[in-house]
Amino acid sequence: MSSKRTLFEKIWNAHLVAQPGGRSPIIYIDLHLVHEVTSPQAFEGLRVSGRRLRQPARTVATVDHNIPTEPRGTPITDLIAAKQIAALQANSKEFGVRLFDMDSPDQGIVHVIGPELGLTQPGMTIVCGDSHTSTHGAFGALAFGIGTSEVEHVLATQCLAQQTPKTMKIDVRGRLAEGVTAKDLALGIIGQIGTDGATGHVIEYAGEAVRALSMEGRMTLCNMSIEAGARAGMVAPDETTFAYVKAKRFAPRGGEWEKAVEYWSGLPTDKGAGFDKVVEMDAAQLSPFVTWGTNPGMVAPVTGRVPDVGGLKESERHSTELALQYMDLEPGKRIEDIGIDRVFIGSCTNSRIEDLRAAARVARGHRVSAKVRAMVVPGSQAVKRAAEQEGLHQIFLDAGFEWRESGCSMCLGMNPDILQPGERCASTSNRNFEGRQGRGGRTHLVSPMMAAAAAIAGHFTDIRNWKFQ
Amino acid sequence: MKPFRTHRGRVVPLDRVNVDTDQIIPKQFLKRIERTGFGQFLFYDWRFSAEGKKNAGFVLDEPRYSGASILVAGKNFGCGSSREHAVWALADFGFHAVISSSFADIFANNSTKNGFLAVLLSEDEAAEVMRRAREMKDYQLTIDLEQCEVRDDQGLRAKFPMDDFVRHCLLNGLDDIGLTLQHEAEIAAYEALHPMPPSLQPAKA
Repeated sequence: MSSKRTLFEKIWNAHLVAQPGGRSPIIYIDLHLVHEVTSPQAFEGLRVSGRRLRQPARTVATVDHNIPTEPRGTPITDLIAAKQIAALQANSKEFGVRLFDMDSPDQGIVHVIGPELGLTQPGMTIVCGDSHTSTHGAFGALAFGIGTSEVEHVLATQCLAQQTPKTMKIDVRGRLAEGVTAKDLALGIIGQIGTDGATGHVIEYAGEAVRALSMEGRMTLCNMSIEAGARAGMVAPDETTFAYVKAKRFAPRGGEWEKAVEYWSGLPTDKGAGFDKVVEMDAAQLSPFVTWGTNPGMVAPVTGRVPDVGGLKESERHSTELALQYMDLEPGKRIEDIGIDRVFIGSCTNSRIEDLRAAARVARGHRVSAKVRAMVVPGSQAVKRAAEQEGLHQIFLDAGFEWRESGCSMCLGMNPDILQPGERCASTSNRNFEGRQGRGGRTHLVSPMMAAAAAIAGHFTDIRNWKFQ
Repeated sequence: MKPFRTHRGRVVPLDRVNVDTDQIIPKQFLKRIERTGFGQFLFYDWRFSAEGKKNAGFVLDEPRYSGASILVAGKNFGCGSSREHAVWALADFGFHAVISSSFADIFANNSTKNGFLAVLLSEDEAAEVMRRAREMKDYQLTIDLEQCEVRDDQGLRAKFPMDDFVRHCLLNGLDDIGLTLQHEAEIAAYEALHPMPPSLQPAKA
């Protein structure tokens, strides 16, 4: 092996516990995030086999996926959801796990609260029974989603046996133009390499455009890595990272902080280190994107059109036709002519304070179209408080948006926030799969600014021409 | 975990690419706290109307494919959400394996933890299995994990890759956690070198 190493290789090697002959390497997991939906069967497995948690203090739980976003204290009418929440409460108590519960001031989407509490730090290995765990890679951590059997495995052993993934560098030269956000960068990448373009790989995002992103922008970018099939996505830690982590509640302090920064500063990929795959992109070529189909790779610039199926390969034509049929769209239709019924601003992709600021800047002084129902769901209670201190909630409410409590909400519609059949939604979330936001619902993925503009216009509109008030 | 050695069964073709786990098991069924009982909800939104009535024409419900235990599908099968419920639903429905020319990583991982096989064939081989399943009456395949091979009675033979250790675990139905705990000394040594950060120590209430 070359002495030049990538960010991924440095973290991977630092976490190798054992490399048994003929078996996948066993790596140590620094932080295990847990939520109500993918954990009950794992805790049950522990009980059945009489096992305990190896490192309860490295395990942090919250409720986010199925909780209502009505004002806290409203009774949960979905009894099965209530049972799942109660199971996490009971399991956290029984196994000694720190839980940020419904009524906690720190509750929020698991991938929002990890970073904002300073639990997420550079150089860590982080897992969660949720595919969007890739979000935490923004800090230069190795973070990936796992299934429930692996959740149980980490609870019991604090380790995972994992085949060594391949590495992929996505180098984004130049700068993103005004109105083109980290979300558009993510959609542009997936549109180019496809929803399986990074399968088996850990992506490192690099280049001037990535360096220029804020921590929240990097989180949005890394969050969507899984939509390209990647095992994880990461950005090398730098001053932007350190400034974000510093003084957060669970961040190192005093002398520990200095030591940590020194260690983190050595993590970025060495010059000349090799990747299994390299993709180059030009940021200046990107525009605000809107998905038109039923996976995040089916994407077009807002100035573009729904594609023609004529020139496609047989297998792609079939899936494109099915997608257009589901989405009720004609080939060749202008994206800006697509009218919408609903808007969702939220999710682990785009529900942080900068996302809400961007959306509020668009909404200020405007009114949501009379035919549109629009909701804003902050990613966490902390985001909600910050937004309210800045008066963002008032801008949204004055414009006719609903202002709700934190959770995953309509990103996956496990709670009462769902689309009705046939409804069309501009959504800042991460998946436009069939029925994702509600059976028969039609999802178009966009950035927070594009979503807010669509809410007001009643159809998609190019944010670069927006009249800010 | 139940060992997987050789399985022979009827093949049903699902001619779609990028079948995501939201389709395999829609979110409204993820609220159960058990591992069992998900089979009835497999591909729910494709198989049933909003009112819960069977949709006509979904391939799984065609009489000629009844009792099928092997699914063949287009590339990038199991993409999207990490929900292991997708594998639980397939297995609970009666499937033993899925054949495709590519699988999403987390789905493939989840499969191995449940004695369920994600069989990776080349694009041409997967397409040929798909064609035979569509065109031949009662098309059956044998999946032989000892030989890492699929074969039919019409002369098709195709090798598939499988990590040696994963194969060993599947063949013997071994529990992953128990195997890792055999490395207790190494884990303890790692932990001694990498103590818990003070900030993560349990809060004194």
